[in-house]
Amino acid sequence: MSQKGQNLFDKVWQAHKVRELPGGQTQLLVGTHLIHEVTSPQAFAMLRELNLPVRFPERTFATVDHIIPTENQSRPLSDPLAEAMLSELEKNCAESGVTFFGPDQGQQGVIHVIGPELGLTLPGSTIACGDSHTSTHGAFGAIAFGIGTSQVRDILASQCLALARLKVRRIEVTGQLSSGVYAKDVILAIIRKLGVNGGVGFAYEYGGEAIEAMDMEARMTLCNMSIEGGARCGYVNPDEKTIDYLRDRPFSPKGDAFERAAEQWRAVASDPDAQYDDVITLEGEAIEPSVTWGIHPGHNIGVLEEIPTPNRATNEERAGIEEALEYMDLTPGAPIQGTPVDVAFIGSCTNGRITDLREAAKVAQTGHVKEGVRALVVPGSQEVARQAEAEGLDQVFRDAGFQWRQAGCSMCLAMNPDKLIGRELCASSSNRNFKGRQGSPEGRTLLMSPAMVAAAALAGYVVDVREVNSDVAK
Amino acid sequence: MSQSEMTRITEIKARACVIRGDDIDTDRIIPARFMKVITFDDMGLHCFEDDRKAAKGLHPLEDERFKGAGILIVGKNFGCGSSREHAPQSLMRFGFSAFVGESFAEIFAGNCTSLGLVCLTLGSDEIETLRESIELEPDQEVQIDVAQATISARTGRLQGEIPAGTRDQLLEGRWDSTSVLLEAGEAIEQTASGIGYIRGY
Ligand code: SF4
Repeated sequence: MSQKGQNLFDKVWQAHKVRELPGGQTQLLVGTHLIHEVTSPQAFAMLRELNLPVRFPERTFATVDHIIPTENQSRPLSDPLAEAMLSELEKNCAESGVTFFGPDQGQQGVIHVIGPELGLTLPGSTIACGDSHTSTHGAFGAIAFGIGTSQVRDILASQCLALARLKVRRIEVTGQLSSGVYAKDVILAIIRKLGVNGGVGFAYEYGGEAIEAMDMEARMTLCNMSIEGGARCGYVNPDEKTIDYLRDRPFSPKGDAFERAAEQWRAVASDPDAQYDDVITLEGEAIEPSVTWGIHPGHNIGVLEEIPTPNRATNEERAGIEEALEYMDLTPGAPIQGTPVDVAFIGSCTNGRITDLREAAKVAQTGHVKEGVRALVVPGSQEVARQAEAEGLDQVFRDAGFQWRQAGCSMCLAMNPDKLIGRELCASSSNRNFKGRQGSPEGRTLLMSPAMVAAAALAGYVVDVREVNSDVAK
Repeated sequence: MSQSEMTRITEIKARACVIRGDDIDTDRIIPARFMKVITFDDMGLHCFEDDRKAAKGLHPLEDERFKGAGILIVGKNFGCGSSREHAPQSLMRFGFSAFVGESFAEIFAGNCTSLGLVCLTLGSDEIETLRESIELEPDQEVQIDVAQATISARTGRLQGEIPAGTRDQLLEGRWDSTSVLLEAGEAIEQTASGIGYIRGY
């Protein structure tokens, strides 16, 4: 069906186009709509005000993740505000016929972890959620992006969005990644190169040997942080790994239908001669374990590098660097290695999946959390927790002095009891190091891969994970 | 709501306030801990709360001279980070109906449009001229002309940009997208019926 020279974005866009709108926007059908408790209650309220029903309730799926505590999830939740948000979501879903994966049903988790896990995230689909990290689902070759609450209302009412078409930038990562280097390091390197603003107006297509070699969970980490580079969505073309991952998931097609679906999924991948608005290449071998030192994800360096010095920066960059260094209270020109950490957080929709926990556990089993460091492991979903427990990873973490928690967003943004206190500095596997992001208005965040977080937890300061244990293989 | 009831947004006339700095993210505009509510009603109370506390009374939003401003002048990549509509809701409820900056994060700008808030971009020199003029004479009234994408202040008339699609939506009162989308009627079901994962493979 596809003409020659089309990329995946073009194909998916075309298939979901309902009509052109005056002013050049497209009315695009959103096949799969995901919601959570923070950005949907106001949308349901707007809908009620307009006296409109949910048009396709079977195409919206809900869970609770941001406000759910990770120590005790029994009802009612101890925080009455959190309980009110959860009850409101339950009520909205029940009234409108939307499927809700609640904490007592075994399938709850961070929305971007459970979508793929349940087989709701499918190649060639359009996915939207009132959450910017919806870009995660692009790992399957879906066009997936975050929206605001008014747009959540639009989808509930019409299953559509009014959108301007994005341009497509292909980002090729060549060669092989070195041992101890993960998808997290690759996306940080991409953001460092292109800037936190570089992707505005673009969808990112990630490809090349290093990306093709990644498993599905690594691809999710990569696509997850597209938004941190300014790109509203990022995707990887579906391949046999994608198809294998989707076999036997609760919501993926079954039997012959699966084989028919797989044919369509293969066909939706970008054509070999596809056209792009821009192409960028990075050398996979050159990517080092990365660490942020500042207040946005573009403020990152290789673990062996030194913290930037403002007077070596261009005029344009200088003010930003000065502001970041002042907030972080780090010494310009000092090596980032050796920076003391107070807290270590392993989890989030970026790095809270089973492969992330396995890599972190490999490091954790080599020692014990440094005295005085608070270390948390928070599985991204109840399914991830079950799997980790079946493999004994929870015990590995506990033995090493980490706290083993229940599924949720936890300290990624701290709308729940997990928070930094005061000026604490946190080695974190999450995606944002903004001022105040982890719950303390003065708290500080250093983003890195889960293995690097585990290594920092044991040492009590930032270390190169490759030095910790030569067995930490890819 | 029918289309005829919608408000056309053609012009904003108000005093302005300046917040300097690039890459101001939505976590700063409205810290996440204030989002633990099911309505937007109180969002205006906590606008830039942590930044204001950290600035110990010196934040522009606490500056008496900017009190009552309806236009906010910002830097580059304003509203980056989380997609929370709580951010523009907070600014709107604080009293702003337009933003003028060097660039805006995409989701933020989209959220603004769906609330009927104007985002106008200006070149870096023009932004600096405007900032200086407003900081010097904060009592002046400035005026945004949506159709022309200009802003006029005592320093003169500056040519900016509003993406054509957004501009038309504002001018024609089509910024409230729900009713526009619903006009497609059965075409929505028709499109859905051709898609494997919706109708079944
Ligand atoms: S884990 Fe963090 S980034 Fe992901 S959805 Fe939750 S709060 Fe957002």
